[in-house]
Order: sequence, then C-alpha cells, then structure tokens
Amino acid sequence: MNIVVLVKQVPDSGLERQLTEDLTVDRDGSNNVIGELDEHAIEAALQLQADHGGEVTILTVGPDSATETIRKSLAMGADKAVHVEDERIAGSCAMSTSKVLAAALKKLEWDLVISGAESTDSGMGVMPYLLAAHTGAAAATGARKIDKTDEGLTIEHQTDNGYQVLKTSTPAIVSVWDTINTPRYPSLKGIMAAKRKPLESWDLDDIEVDASEVGTDAATTAVVSATKRPPREAGKVVTDEGEGGKDLADFLASEKFI
Amino acid sequence: MAEVFVYVDSAGKLAAEMLTMARPLGEVSAVIVSEPGDSAEAVAQAAEYGASKVYLAEVAGVGDYFMVPKADVVTELFKEHAPSAVLLPSTSEGKAVAAYLAVSTGNGLLTDVSALDAEGQATQEIFAGASVSTSKVTKGVPIVTVKANSLAAEPSSSTPEQVAVEASISESAKKVAVVEKVEEPKGDRPDLTEAGVVVSGGRGVGSAEQFKLIEDVADALGGAVGASRAATDAGYYPHKFQVGQTGTTVSPQLYVAAGISGAIQHRAGMQTSRTIVAVNKDADAPIFSLADYGVVGDLFKVLPQLLENVEARK
Ligand SMILES: Cc1cc2nc3c(=O)[nH]c(=O)nc-3n(C[C@H](O)[C@H](O)[C@H](O)COP(=O)(O)OP(=O)(O)OC[C@H]3O[C@@H](n4cnc5c(N)ncnc54)[C@H](O)[C@@H]3O)c2cc1C
Ligand SMILES: Cc1cc2nc3c(=O)[nH]c(=O)nc-3n(C[C@H](O)[C@H](O)[C@H](O)COP(=O)(O)OP(=O)(O)OC[C@H]3O[C@@H](n4cnc5c(N)ncnc54)[C@H](O)[C@@H]3O)c2cc1C
Repeated sequence: MNIVVLVKQVPDSGLERQLTEDLTVDRDGSNNVIGELDEHAIEAALQLQADHGGEVTILTVGPDSATETIRKSLAMGADKAVHVEDERIAGSCAMSTSKVLAAALKKLEWDLVISGAESTDSGMGVMPYLLAAHTGAAAATGARKIDKTDEGLTIEHQTDNGYQVLKTSTPAIVSVWDTINTPRYPSLKGIMAAKRKPLESWDLDDIEVDASEVGTDAATTAVVSATKRPPREAGKVVTDEGEGGKDLADFLASEKFI
Repeated sequence: MAEVFVYVDSAGKLAAEMLTMARPLGEVSAVIVSEPGDSAEAVAQAAEYGASKVYLAEVAGVGDYFMVPKADVVTELFKEHAPSAVLLPSTSEGKAVAAYLAVSTGNGLLTDVSALDAEGQATQEIFAGASVSTSKVTKGVPIVTVKANSLAAEPSSSTPEQVAVEASISESAKKVAVVEKVEEPKGDRPDLTEAGVVVSGGRGVGSAEQFKLIEDVADALGGAVGASRAATDAGYYPHKFQVGQTGTTVSPQLYVAAGISGAIQHRAGMQTSRTIVAVNKDADAPIFSLADYGVVGDLFKVLPQLLENVEARK
C-alpha cells in the first residue's frame, strides 16, 4: 500500500506566533516545525508500512524554508518527498491550496493519503474533504485508529462522546488526531539516511496548475485585519501556608461562586 | 430580505447560538438533514430561535454513510435557493458539509468564526486566541463555520414554514460506511462546553484514583470536570474531557486549573473563561500569569481544605 503523508510547515505552537504586516503568517521570526498533528500522520503511515509494505511519500506545499521540516519527516523514516514550491502560491486560501495538493497527488501513486486532523497554525480542519472533492477519493477524518483489512480500511473516527467505526475502500484520504499514536523521534541513523533520500521540488508548471488559480488574487477569502489580544492581567497569587484552601474559598465566595 | 441558511447538525447550545448569530443577517432558514423521525428537537429549536423557514430532509440511511449524503442535500438546497450566507457548526460534521459545499459551489470558506456582520465580515481567533483577525469571503457568498460559546443565544419565537425536502443517497456518497457508533455514558455532571464552572486537573493530580478529588471539587461547585492532555495521555481521565487546542474549548464563568502548568495549547481551550483560578505548587508555572486568583501550594492540601470550607458555607 503506497501512502502519501501531507505535511505542513507551521510556526511552533509552543512559542509566540503572529501575522506580519501583509497579514500572512510570520514564518521568518518563528521557529518552524512540522505541523504537530502531521507528525502523528507520519507515524501512522510508517506503522502501516511496517505491516503492509509499500512506499511512504511526504508531500508539502510551502516556501523554501519548508525543506527543513521535510528533511525531518524523511529522518523519521519516510522514503521520499515532494516539495511543491512556487512564489505564485503565496497567499493562497484553503481552496487554492487544495487545488495545488490535488494536482500534485494526481502525479503520485497512492492508495492512502494521511493528513493531520487540522494544521496547528490555521487549523481549519477541512483539507481531507476539499481533496476528496477534487480527487474523487473517499474521505474520513479525525481518526484515532486506522487498520488495513483485505476489503480496504477500517477507521475509528473520534467523536465528542465516543467514536464511530468506518469502513471504506481505497483510494482514501484520512486525517488523524494525536490519540492515534506517539510519533517516533528521528534516530541519528535516520537523520543521516534522510540526507540521501529523494526530495523533488515541483513548481506550478510541473503539476499543471494555472497561476490564475492560486495566490492572493485567486483567494476566495482575505484577512482584513489582525490584532494581538492584550495579555490577560494576572490577578492575586497567594502562597499556601496552611490557609490556602480557606483563602481560595473566601475568593470564590466574594465572586459569588459559593 | 436575503435568505440565510443555518445548518443544524444537532439541537443544542451551538445551534441556538448560530440561529441567534444569523438573525441580523437576513431571513433565517434552518436546514436539517436526519434519519426519519430524528429531527423533532432541532425543528422545535429552529422555531424557538426565530427561523422563518425549516428545510427538513428526512432521509432513510443518511446516518449509515460518513458525511457526504448530508453535504449533497445541503448543496442541492443551496443551488435551488441561492442563500446569501451559510452558517454551519464548527463540528466535524459541520466542517465536512461546509468543505464539500464550498468546493461544489465555488464559494469561499471561513472556519471557527466567532462573529459575523451584515457585510459578511467575520471575526476569528487565531493562534490559540493570541490574536483576533477579521476576514471576509471575496469570491461568492460566505460559507462560515461557527465556533461554540461565541455569543449568548437569545430566543425569539417564530412559526417557521416547514418545507419537506425529498432526497436520496447517490452511489458516490456511499464510499465510507458507518458500521458502528459507540457512545460513552454521559453521567450526571453538566456538559463540558455548556457548564458554568469547569474544574480541571493536570499531571500534578498524579493518578486516576486521585482524580476523585477533582470530581469532588467540581461537584461541590456544581461544575464539569476537565483535564489537561498530560492527564488524559497518562490515563488519569478519559480523553473526551481534554481541554485545549486539540480538545474542547471552554469558556465558563469559573475555570479552576489544579496541577496544570498552563502550556499554550491548554490555554487555547480556556483562556476566555471569565474567572480563572489556579492551584499549583510551582510559583513560576505559566498558568499564574492568567489566573485571577492563584494559590501556590500542594493541591492535595489546598483542595481538601477548599472542600471543607465550601461545605461549611452551605
Ligand atoms: C491564521 C490563518 C487563518 C486562515 N483562515 C483561512 C480561512 O478562514 N479560509 C481559507 O480559505 N483560508 C484560510 N487560511 C489559509 C489556509 O491556512 C491555507 O490555505 C492552508 O494551507 C489550508 O488550511 P489549513 O492548514 O487550516 O487546513 P487544515 O484542513 O487544518 O489542514 C489539515 C491537514 O492538511 C494538510 N495540509 C494543509 N495544508 C497543507 C500544505 N500547505 N501542505 C501540505 N499539507 C497541508 C496537513 O496534513 C494538515 O494537518 C488561513 C491562514 C492562516 C494563517
Ligand atoms: C499539537 C499539540 C496539541 C496539544 N493539545 C493540548 C490540549 O488540547 N490540551 C492540553 O492540555 N495540552 C495540549 N498539549 C500538551 C501541552 O503542550 C502540555 O504538554 C500539557 O498541557 C501539559 O499538561 P499539564 O499542565 O497537566 O502537565 P505539566 O506541564 O507536566 O504540568 C503539571 C503541573 O502540575 C504541578 N504539580 C505537580 N504536582 C502538584 C501538586 N501536588 N500540587 C499542585 N501542583 C502540582 C506542576 O508544578 C506542574 O506545573 C498539546 C501539545 C501539542 C504539541
């Protein structure tokens, strides 16, 4: 079973993040990482590969700097990577991004595409459906488990109060939550091997997407303004010297919670 | 007046909020797609919150296939009635329907919106609530998914015209079959997203057994129990109670964080709570920077004493 994993480079969600003056993500100032849920997608692909064989390919649409996160994905154990990189893509909306990803997927051989349930920067949580609409593949989202069976795939879709068991055939596009696994750390050997793994760079012409379909001008949505929220003001902090619970009760009573 | 669609996946607080948000934008049409006989609550809620119309598609077998049959019904209705905006819940179903609808009708999509004005300008909280942005759809009509707890729902009763929608499930909508639905029992406490008080425990609680203390505090304050991801990952408490970026977003009147450090991904799910209280033995824990009241101390000393004092006041 050949698997393509969608990996988005995002600013580290553990650090401060912001938009730049042109209202796009500040990707220079921040520490860029693999989308945190995408790491779980890579792990899920590698586990399926270990049991069922086939190739794992990383697919990223993003600026030059994304090469770094692609190398890390390869270091985790993926076989090869495709980096779609073209200045004309900058400023694309989700719809345009999905057209680019779909066009790249068309040139790759795959039975299964695995993505994060949502990216950790814009977090729309819609990419699998957008891609399903373009490619005609089946889509299942929010998986906490993916099993390959003789008939196809069995997936546990996590819900607010439990889960649903889904069955589908391939080709399929499945997104995963962090509950599915614990991603491995790249080993030193993996890091060394990654340097020699094939990494192709494609532009819009390679995937036959017209420039008029992507970028700021084609965007179906636009950010009008963005402001940083003022930090919450810290309140009173007391140290427990035997009366901490009572002090807290007094505070809650003064606020009419008890 | 323009017609605005509100897609209701299930009756409840978020549906009431969406219907309230849509009223200033035009004549509200609730769109409900369900198995036959499963729609009564949603229809009643549409009337309670001022819908002018209810499009009701009762389709046998619609729940046996994942998402697409519902998206197809909404897409057909959209093509027929050309609404000026579509509001959907920011749930996995709402986002699925929104995404298919956006692609098949060529309209722009905005997700996790907390406010929407008559010009279609939407407010989104980005980067885990660190910034607030306004965005708009620049191609076609806005297709918008609404984040829970963004506004106070206000009833406005109406007698909506009910339109029965005929629909069937196409072969191409049957690619993903739902073969089993497992729902875990709900218990007596209020729902995490709807509770006025949420008491959450983190890794500092130390074990599943010791989470009983968090439950006791929640019960004493009439609240729901939440947990950090470190606590759910360690198996102290079920995953569905996780608060944060990849869990539930809560915005209660009172949020109590016990044994939680306050990582940015946790804060993303609770920092809009009205009053925040923290108990942590580390005076430098980041959670204190957003707490209205913090106690530096051992939660196993502070919380039992809190309980005694709450009981004494009752
Ligand atoms: C703060 C912010 C808000 C935004 N809001 C909107 C909006 O409301 N509407 C809109 O149309 N656009 C919006 N955008 C643009 C949008 O983020 C990009 O087009 C993006 O690539 C797709 O959205 P997502 O990452 O949120 O998708 P999601 O559906 O959350 O992504 C899910 C998964 O898809 C895969 N994936 C997503 N993008 C890529 C990629 N470039 N390369 C490889 N894999 C990928 C990853 O596996 C990811 O985990 C916004 C951007 C920002 C920074
Ligand atoms: C993509 C991604 C998504 C994430 N999503 C979420 C999410 O949705 N929700 C979430 O919560 N996290 C999330 N996280 C994880 C997050 O980064 C933190 O790891 C997590 O919130 C830590 O949980 P914690 O505060 O319970 O544990 P810790 O950070 O280990 O903190 C435990 C705290 O307990 C205190 N403590 C210990 N013993 C006691 C005691 N006896 N009395 C008082 N205090 C005590 C310690 O001083 C410490 O501050 C996510 C991470 C990533 C990468």
